[in-house]
Order: sequence, then structure tokens, then C-alpha cells
Amino acid sequence: MTDRAAIRAEAARLRALFEAEGAQPVETTVLQPAELLLDLYGEDMRARAYVTSDALRGEQMLRPDFTVPVVQMHMEHGAEPACYTYSGEVFRRQEDDPDRANEYMQVGFELFDRNAPEAADARVFCLIFKALENLGLRAATGDIGLLMAAVGGLRTTEARKKALLRHIWRPRRFRALMDRYSGRVPVPESRAALLAKADPMAGAGPMIGLRGEVEIINRINALKEDAHVAPISENEVALIDAILDVRETSDNALERLRDIAVDMAAIQPAVDRLARRLEAMAGHGIDITALDFEASYGRTNMEYYDGFVFGFYAEKRPDLPPVASGGRYDALTRQLGRGREIPAVGGVVRPGLVVDLGGLS
Amino acid sequence: MSLKLGVPSKGRLMEKTFEWFGKRGIELGRAGSDREYAGYVQGIDNVDLILLSAGEIPRELAAGRIHLGVTGTDLVREKLGQWDNRVEEIAELGFGHADLVLAVPGAWVDVNTLDDLDAVASAFRATHGFRLRIATKYHRLVREFLRENGVADYQLVDSQGATEGTVKNETAEAIADITSTGDTLRANHLKILEDGLILRSQATLFRARRVPLSDTDRSALAELLKSLSLD
Repeated sequence: MTDRAAIRAEAARLRALFEAEGAQPVETTVLQPAELLLDLYGEDMRARAYVTSDALRGEQMLRPDFTVPVVQMHMEHGAEPACYTYSGEVFRRQEDDPDRANEYMQVGFELFDRNAPEAADARVFCLIFKALENLGLRAATGDIGLLMAAVGGLRTTEARKKALLRHIWRPRRFRALMDRYSGRVPVPESRAALLAKADPMAGAGPMIGLRGEVEIINRINALKEDAHVAPISENEVALIDAILDVRETSDNALERLRDIAVDMAAIQPAVDRLARRLEAMAGHGIDITALDFEASYGRTNMEYYDGFVFGFYAEKRPDLPPVASGGRYDALTRQLGRGREIPAVGGVVRPGLVVDLGGLS
Repeated sequence: MSLKLGVPSKGRLMEKTFEWFGKRGIELGRAGSDREYAGYVQGIDNVDLILLSAGEIPRELAAGRIHLGVTGTDLVREKLGQWDNRVEEIAELGFGHADLVLAVPGAWVDVNTLDDLDAVASAFRATHGFRLRIATKYHRLVREFLRENGVADYQLVDSQGATEGTVKNETAEAIADITSTGDTLRANHLKILEDGLILRSQATLFRARRVPLSDTDRSALAELLKSLSLD
């Protein structure tokens, strides 16, 4: 066990560093209303967070991260632009790996800024990069916005794009949908049989439950419409694959993506954003010719990242989770803002892992 | 000290277990009256019979309070994280067959696969303002299965019994439960998804791993396994 006092001291150092960068320190409660987190992240959240309850407030969660309460706080009464730091324990339920901590410190930095989002991305990344520099970590970067832009630009129906966008963070289901929409995999027999029926509701048996006949008929109609949609072209499927395969140093990745954008103009704005971000990072003194970029990075993590994503890894300790991670989460502010939104980017460091790796000083 | 063998304390599962051991020369039985949960073992020395609820046997095995136990694969996998590090499957007993399956109303003619369920969950949430509810008592197994298969926009609601009735009662839209013949599902107007088999389960003899054994226990275990032709 790493000494808790040493972890606290490391956390204090990191927080002081973030405060020196202009961040306002904030606190959040340890118990968070469960409903909001479950609504945002769904059932998977239950597997990751400790849920408890009382008869008065109902279900509550031991804070699994700070981002959601900090965003809420900002949306309620934050001035703009704003920059926050926090430090405290988070709790993660572990059911399958006894070596993973179920309680650990996080020190975070969150930036809410409408102007120059790429400069904000670079600022957060470089702050953490420099804070952890002497640990010799590998930085991984990616950008979920590229894939989202590529899906948005497909020559297919809005319904299909919507279904694909919904599964950006579930690579397996995304792949299954692409396979079906491109005709690589045939329509399941049971669906073909359903669509061939003159009266699909014949012999359906009694209607039970909340999902009514109208909803069933609506879906059958949607399936019928979808059955007449031309498949997504092989060319477009190949372009999506080409984007997902990009895994190089950032300068080469940018060149590769510029080439792909020639055939898929929809990703051009996202590629331009990447270029501006890399330029801003270079301005902070980062060597982008040595910085890894992976277009599919961050897809299996929590769904709230929808742009730039990053993580810092101890290469010599593959057993450890990332020492730091973060990204852009504009959509989360939209969901929590009840009609308002603000571009936001942030990152967290785990001081416990910093201590394990020998500390910053 | 003696070797402790945990067996379900009532019903068909207990009777079938007694029968299975009996055929192999080890007589298990309940001592005293039908109401008393004490058991006896004949045909081997230094083995104690512990009668327990089948649902508690995984926990008792993991805690090392019993050395061997008979229970369903479903219960072990649901209740024990990293189950295969904590218990070892010694023998499948060939009864208590049951499948953990996902089922939806038969009237959902548009839903036959997980792909359909996922699409419907998305539409359901948009229409009703909450996530599609799946009633089950197998939270971990169902959640892992749905995560692996990329199904989103659902929620699990706990149901410890009469799960097949929850859809009609409108406390859930779909269910995940154990079935052996599917009769109860059909009687409640539910159908199994084509790719909705989560786990095949049967009564299984498990051994607790990482439990210290005395020399007497060790020889009792060896002798028991020999009698059962499992050595």
C-alpha cells in the first residue's frame, strides 16, 4: 500500500500547480444523486460505481468522478470563461480485478471556454504533460470528433447516421451496424420474414406491457423504409476503416487524415481542428513528431468525450491504469445544461499512481 | 475437523443430489424430521453434510466455510467475481438444467435479436422518457452480456420472483430469467430472443480453491473424489 500521506502531498502539489495556472479550487459532495449519473451513463454505471440509498433521498452514488458535479455547478452559477481544479477521492466498484483500486485520489483541471477550443485542448493537455514530464510517460491522443464527422458525412439516411452515432463508443455494435448498412451481412431471416408478411401483427398474441402496438407498427414501418435504402458504399466503408486505422505520430497522422479528407470532405473541419490543436501544442513546446495519435483512441471509455481525448501511460508498468486522462466533453454540458451548453475540456491525474512511479520531485 | 459438503437444503435439487451421490456409493440424507436442516453421510468418513439454500452455496464456498458444494453454474457466476479463481468445477451433475435467457413480449413481432432490442430500447427511451426496463435477479450476468453485445439504453430492475409476470404488470418491458422448458415464458406471452441465450446452467459440484485443508480433510477429499470416480 502506498502511503496515504505521500499521496495527499502529491495531490496538494498538483492542485497548487493547477491553481497557479489560474484554476479556482472547488469541492463537491462525496454522495451524488444516482438518478442523474444513471440517466447519463446507463446501467454500466451501476457496474462501476457504488450505489447506496436511504428512504428519504433514494439512490445515491459514491462519487465516481468529479466531472459531472463540476459541470453542474458551472452551469448553475459559473462565470465565463471558467477554470476549476479539485482534489479528492473517487470510488469505483471492482468486480473482476482485485488489483484495481476501488478508492483513489483524483486531481482535476476543467476548462470552460467558448473561444478557441483547440487552444483550450492544448492548454489542458500541455499542463498535465508538463506536470508529469519527469515520470517518462507515454502520451496517447485521439479525437472522437473525427469519427463523428465521418459518420455525419456518410451518404445514407439520417436514421442510419443516428444509429451509428449512438454506438460510436461501442465499437462492436458500431461494426455490426456498418456491416449491415453496407450489405456485407444479410438482413436476419426473422426480419426478412417479418417484412414479407402482409399483416405483420397477425398471430402476434396478446399485447402486454407498456410498449404498445403503435410503437411496434412505427418500428415496422421504419424497418420497411430502411429495407429500401441503398447500402453504404464500399468506398465509404473503406474510408471509415481508413480513419479508424490511423495510428501514427501526430504529424504523420495529420497528413494521412488530410489525404482521407480529399475523398471524404465531411471530415475536413475536424481535420482542421486537429491541425490547429497540434499547432497550439507545438506552441507550448510539445514535439508533435514524437506524440502518438490514434483515431480510435478513447472509443471504449465513458461516452462523454466527444472530441479531443488523451491519456498518459507508464510503459514499464502495463499493469497500471492511465496515470492521467481527459478530453473534450461539449455534449455533456449540453445534456446537463437544460438547453444551454458550453464547450468544455478537462483532465484528471491520479496522484496515487504518481507516487507509485516515484513521485514528481 | 472434517470435510464440509454443502448441498441444497430442499426440493428436487436436494433429492437429485442425494440420488447422484447415492449411485456412487455415498449415502446422503436428512437427519431427524423433515423440518430439521441437519444431514448425515454414510459410506465415507470425515465428511459432513451441510444443508444450505442453493443461493448461499457460492458465498460459503468463496468464504471457505465449506470445501465442496453443489449448486447451479448460474448462481456461482452471478455471485462470485472472478469465480474461476475462487472455485473449481469438479463435475457437472446432469440435472437442474436451466438456461438464462432474455425474453420479450411475443407481441413484439419486430424484435427477434439483440440488434432489435437495442434499437427498440433507443426508441422506447425517446417515447417514454426512461430506459427500457429488464427485470432480473441476475444483474451481473445480464449486464455483462448486454455490454459485450453493445446493447444500450436499458436499465435492470430487480425481480427476485415471478419475473415472468413483470411485463404484464408493467414494471418491466423485458426479462432475463432462468428457464428449462420455456413453458412459463410462453404462458406469460413472452418469447426468447434468437441470440438471447446468456448462460447454460446445470447443477454442478464445486470445490473451494485457496482453502487450507488439514491432513484428515485432504485424505477425506481424495477418498471422496475416488468414490465419485473424479480423481
